[in-house]
Amino acid sequence: MLAELSYWQITSLRVAGGLGGVLLVAGTLVYLHLFKMVSFMQSRLGPMEAGPFGSLQLLAEVGKHLQKEDIFPRKADKFVFGAAPFVILASTFLLVAVVPAGPDVWFVNVDTGIYLAMAVSSVSVIGILMAGWGSANKYSMMGGLRATGQLIAYELPLILAVVGVVIQAGTMNMQGIVAAQANGEIFGWGGIGNPYILTQGVAFFVFMIAMQAELTQAPFDMPIAESELVSGYLTEYSGMRFLLFFIGEFATAGVFASIAAVLFLGGWWAPIPGLAFDDNVWNLLGPLLLIGKIVILTFIVFWVRFTFPRFREDQLQRIAWKFLIPIALANIVVTALFKVWF
Amino acid sequence: MGLVPGLIKGLGVTGGTILRTVFPDGLKKPIPAPSRGAETVQYPHEKEAPPPRARGVIALHEENCTSCMLCARECPDWCIYIEGHKEKAPPRRAGGKPRKRNKLDRFDIDFALCMFCGICVDVCPFDALFWSPEYEFSEPRIADLLHDKSRLSEWMETVPEFEDYEAGSEAKKLKVPPT
Amino acid sequence: MTDISDRQQLSYIAAQAADARVNLELETEGMTLNIGPQHPATHGTLRIIAKLDGEQVIAADPVMGYMHRGYEKLTEVRTYPQVTTLINRIDWLGSFANEVPFILAAERLMEVEAPPRAQSIRTILFEMSRIANVVLFLGDMAVQVGAVTPVFFAFRDREHILNQIEAVTGGRFHPNFDRIGGLKDDLPAGWINETKQVMKKMRSFCDEIETLVLGNEIFQARTRGIGVIPADVGLSYGLSGANIRASGVDWDVRRDNPCGLSYDQVDWKVWTHPDGDSFSRFWVRLQEVRESTKIVDQLLETIPAGPIMAKVPRIIKVPAGEAFVETENPLGVMGYYIVSKGDLVPYRVKIRSASFNNMSISPWLLKGVYVPDIITILASLYFILGDIDR
Repeated sequence: MLAELSYWQITSLRVAGGLGGVLLVAGTLVYLHLFKMVSFMQSRLGPMEAGPFGSLQLLAEVGKHLQKEDIFPRKADKFVFGAAPFVILASTFLLVAVVPAGPDVWFVNVDTGIYLAMAVSSVSVIGILMAGWGSANKYSMMGGLRATGQLIAYELPLILAVVGVVIQAGTMNMQGIVAAQANGEIFGWGGIGNPYILTQGVAFFVFMIAMQAELTQAPFDMPIAESELVSGYLTEYSGMRFLLFFIGEFATAGVFASIAAVLFLGGWWAPIPGLAFDDNVWNLLGPLLLIGKIVILTFIVFWVRFTFPRFREDQLQRIAWKFLIPIALANIVVTALFKVWF
Repeated sequence: MGLVPGLIKGLGVTGGTILRTVFPDGLKKPIPAPSRGAETVQYPHEKEAPPPRARGVIALHEENCTSCMLCARECPDWCIYIEGHKEKAPPRRAGGKPRKRNKLDRFDIDFALCMFCGICVDVCPFDALFWSPEYEFSEPRIADLLHDKSRLSEWMETVPEFEDYEAGSEAKKLKVPPT
Repeated sequence: MTDISDRQQLSYIAAQAADARVNLELETEGMTLNIGPQHPATHGTLRIIAKLDGEQVIAADPVMGYMHRGYEKLTEVRTYPQVTTLINRIDWLGSFANEVPFILAAERLMEVEAPPRAQSIRTILFEMSRIANVVLFLGDMAVQVGAVTPVFFAFRDREHILNQIEAVTGGRFHPNFDRIGGLKDDLPAGWINETKQVMKKMRSFCDEIETLVLGNEIFQARTRGIGVIPADVGLSYGLSGANIRASGVDWDVRRDNPCGLSYDQVDWKVWTHPDGDSFSRFWVRLQEVRESTKIVDQLLETIPAGPIMAKVPRIIKVPAGEAFVETENPLGVMGYYIVSKGDLVPYRVKIRSASFNNMSISPWLLKGVYVPDIITILASLYFILGDIDR
């Protein structure tokens, strides 16, 4: 059916799907986790006035930010300052392009899917550096430099954790990784497939910690250390540009969680009896299941974020280099050994 | 439990709080009711009742006031404005001297200045001022925060009865004059 | 208690040395960072001018006075009840505690003693304001270090104490309840039982904070070994309260000089810690809250019956003389030195506030620390701007 549509129709479907996949997911995460979950964790109710149970609060915030003045600090580098949020969002949209949500619901299906994702996720570092430097503010510059050091340091554990999954799946194609988990077997029993969270538990642990750091969430939120640097590299932003950062943060959380779901939890597939792997039902069911897994994984991310204090910069780096990378390397060695011998 | 690191126990505390907020009746009745489980009160839909001694607003019992000016003098902010004049009242029995009585013309309290310290209520020798726990009298204009004599007398209806004291107290319970 | 591990100490020193080498090679200039006066981390309008070298502080200079309200001059033209109203607002979190030393000094000049019932209830309210103040510290230090949830628990559980104070005095933050010769009014019926329930809630809050914050390895990594104050340096700068007790000095005015309050009738203990770092300051305050709940419980059982107010004239004229009384307030040692010439108003009142002296150690303490540690150290010293600036 999709082959009968013309190129521009497919492209507009893809654009709509991409926007929806990023923004709707971000909005859901903001409401569920930022407004409601953290409020319940703190014995309060969160926004309740805008819409039933506060569900339209994000719309109200978008409206509030839209009507604000677009302020540029006088000494700021206008192009760098203005383009920074768009660079970060660009990396998010590029990331969502490789995540499959069903057997036929995907944007690009390249053989180096996960490799492309890891490469593209580094683009956001440039965006943060642009924000910090372009603000002409000492606090922002300190926040930007801290962020750059942190993000570059934590990309390595992220990638090393992914390597373990790739070795076990035998392919870098995202659909291939889902298929390997769906069709895999645990000790000869194929009932629930072979979700890699069971065999690659260590890699999952490392990936979640590295993901927390890549998203600059507590305990790794030195760049936005609220009580010290006011807002770090975000200090000078207001209005729509600040909203882009804010939505970008949650969108990136959703997209990273979707990659984690694909790598470790089986992506859009679930062991529902009676459905083959290539059934058309998965095109409707798959995205819903994927969103469900995203919500669960981001619940863990935000639960940790709102409970723990933050690390100091040098402690952060020490954890990345001396703790996470050795564990990830050991995991790769063990996985490779098992792959060769069994 | 010594092997469980503090991080996991900390997550347990916050996780427990979420469960207690969303399911206030415990997990045996898994109906989510966060409005009841949360510790916040959704003002103005629900309101908390302050205790009877709460210092909300000052009420004036006009008959007891003799415009002795003690409250206006002792107020640290000078927010009480009193004006009165002397009146002649008929003698108590026939053939006696006509009595002089103070009549209150103006008794205003400016709640924009008031510190809610209660010195005026304490020093009044004739028990003409009382505390009331009403707190919802905010106005859009600051000038409207000057409550005049009639408004202060209206607050008397909201003054609660004085409470009983704990056992062992020798304090005498005062009475609020009926309005 | 375990002491700071040598490895932690050595790694901190090594990191600082590495920083210094890099700075020397790159010849980085110093940067002057202005923390405050509007800043989420300072408890109000405090300004710290920090000269940085990379992320390390070369010199830190606190600038106070943005909140100076002229209390000592105001007291020269206010009568004694009016002064009692004003001084509630010095340390606005531990509200009742501000009135107590002033009233005790005035009672000493008038040579009147409050009846035992009033002394007991005064001590109960004093300890409750200590609990209210320090509970907020426990949540607040967690926020400065990065954990956003404990402060909500602190505010939620502090409400119970404030409700109890409101039930007695009529005001949550500014009770204005102490009078020369006793208290303004007696306890309403049912208050004692309610307060016992509240003390149970405060103890469970302390347990929650111990699990959530104190036992958290990240919190320990951020606070152990940071901001160490040796006992002799602390005493020479005039530190008081939990700050000096966390450096091992066993000094508590409640036990050593309790004039006018009922601490000698209660079985309680003074908590100290040998380390002197930020973690120990947090730990000592947590134990002090628990101890305060036990003190309140014991006092609630044994409130003597009797009058609530001694015989004092209606218009208070304090005879001529001078008196100085200091008490162990939640922030440290607070003292009032009243000079009276026999008038309705005092001639001069000197307020010795705890936070002013606690802040004086910060230039010495902040030299050579990293920027995130500035916030941790200031949070652990725990000052309130109203107390510094008066």
